[in-house]
Amino acid sequence: MFLQQLINGLTLGSTYALVAIGYSLIFSVLELINFANGAMYMLGGYVTLMVYLALKGHFLISFFISILVVGFVGFSIDRFSLQPLRKKKSPRMAALISTIGIGTIIENSIMLFFGSETKSFPNKFDFGKFEIGNAIVSWTQVIILITSIFLMVVICLVVYKTKIGKAMRATAQNVDASRLMGIDVEKVISITFIISAFLATIAGTLVSMYYQNVDINMGFQVGMKTFAAAVLGGVGVLHGAMFGGITIGILESLGASYISSGYRDAIAFAIMILVLLFKPSGLFGKNQTTKL
Amino acid sequence: MLNKALNFCAVNSRFITFLFFLFALLFPVFFKTPYTLRVATMSLMFTMITLGLNIVTGYMGQTSFGTAAFWGIGAYTAAILTTRFGFSSLIVFLSAAITAGLASLFLGLCVLKLKGYYLAIVTLGFCEIVRLIELNWMSLTRGPLGIMNIPIISFFGVKFKSPTENYYLILILLAITTYIVSKLMNSRFGRVISSIREDEIATQSMGINTVSYKIQAFIIYAIICGVAGAFYAQYMRYIDPTMFTANQSIEMVIMVIFGGMASVPGSYLGAIFLTVLPELLRDLLEYRMLIYGFIMVIMVTVKPEGLLGNINLIHIKQQISLDLDEE
Repeated sequence: MFLQQLINGLTLGSTYALVAIGYSLIFSVLELINFANGAMYMLGGYVTLMVYLALKGHFLISFFISILVVGFVGFSIDRFSLQPLRKKKSPRMAALISTIGIGTIIENSIMLFFGSETKSFPNKFDFGKFEIGNAIVSWTQVIILITSIFLMVVICLVVYKTKIGKAMRATAQNVDASRLMGIDVEKVISITFIISAFLATIAGTLVSMYYQNVDINMGFQVGMKTFAAAVLGGVGVLHGAMFGGITIGILESLGASYISSGYRDAIAFAIMILVLLFKPSGLFGKNQTTKL
Repeated sequence: MLNKALNFCAVNSRFITFLFFLFALLFPVFFKTPYTLRVATMSLMFTMITLGLNIVTGYMGQTSFGTAAFWGIGAYTAAILTTRFGFSSLIVFLSAAITAGLASLFLGLCVLKLKGYYLAIVTLGFCEIVRLIELNWMSLTRGPLGIMNIPIISFFGVKFKSPTENYYLILILLAITTYIVSKLMNSRFGRVISSIREDEIATQSMGINTVSYKIQAFIIYAIICGVAGAFYAQYMRYIDPTMFTANQSIEMVIMVIFGGMASVPGSYLGAIFLTVLPELLRDLLEYRMLIYGFIMVIMVTVKPEGLLGNINLIHIKQQISLDLDEE
């Protein structure tokens, strides 16, 4: 039983990690919590479904198109609503509220367009199950886990080994100095948004595949939990987000089976509040002193 | 032109307030239909909540998405006490205030050290946790079934049966709240709160314990929401957890943002407009949250302080009297 929940939690947690990375990246570059991340996660699942139904098949192509579409949406969010606020030097809360508004707009547009019933989602990677000890593992879970880990490795390589990654890290450290070094900060920010949109889409589609449905509460619930994961690991720290995502996934799975399934969603919030109480910089974060 | 209008309002603010309350008092005489009275009562209740939220989000600058949680705690306290134990309304209102206040004290001690964006998320999470508790603690709250047949409000044996009587009750509660909030915000307490918004570190270096003031502001906000919730429970006579969701919290933040942050007339404008508007646009019910999303994004981009935000009528009046003195 324990092993089963552990494996379930690990699978789900790896997808949470992807979305948490998105939060972390944007926060490190902009010091902004992108509330619309959850909405993009949901959008990813729904757009994949929509294209799949429109093309009457070709799951992988739908997946690919969905990634491009939501990537573009992520780019537009920054370009058309956040960039003007940055140019006006608005207070930070303005950007936060703007992302909340955009998240609401996206989620409600989906609801209006698709209707509020839960829709079924195809699982093309259903190759059966096998047993490890007492636990039953499905190949879908394995594929999700492998994909997520692969993406996490790719992101780490991009951030730590490429030039654009260096630009991102520089912008995260000090925006003005980066500009002085000739880094196009606006381009870096746009790329960060696009990357986090890609990750959210992929995570959204994978989870929809796993549960074989998409539903309208996807965005908000997962958005909150993955933000809790990012906070747990330390917002702005890449490996922290990954660790946080997996931990939250496992704790949620274990908590739901051993404590109570009704309170399942509350577990992530409770963890987040505890972390913010005792170690606000997160498990892997550095203590941020406010410079005057 | 706008300046002239503002100057007129500033100089005659007492008279305008008197006119507004006169209109509010006479409203049921002219508009007798239960539906209109219901919309009016709901607007006034939301105005009360918006005033409370404005203290924390407008004056103090700490965006709080926990309003629905305190509102719900007040409502459930009222509902449980009246249906299970048959307490009378006065005790119920007081208990709702105390419970909501305690909850905010608990939340405040946990989170008020946090910076703005963390606070926003944690209050949202708190809202969700409270909702989940309301949903799952079947023995206390009957979970998704909700609590029904909540008795109507009765003070000392006098039952408030008709919509008109309830309307006057909320009007009185709103008047009290408005008086408290405006007096408070124009006092030393209010200046501390505003300075926390402007620059917390500077405030601390003045020797002010900002955490203590933040907690006090939070408690006042929660008490106002709790009392409004108690009224709501006894007015609607049925409550369930779906009425107190994070979406509700977001709607109330929109009321503050739209009407005007740190502005008492702004709270009235935001709450009344955004309560009446969905009623007028009943056909567009499904588009409501979508429209709210757009309002949020547009307001924040165009006029972040809200329509009547940062308009301090008392300052304008002082400025005018100074100008008159110079002549």
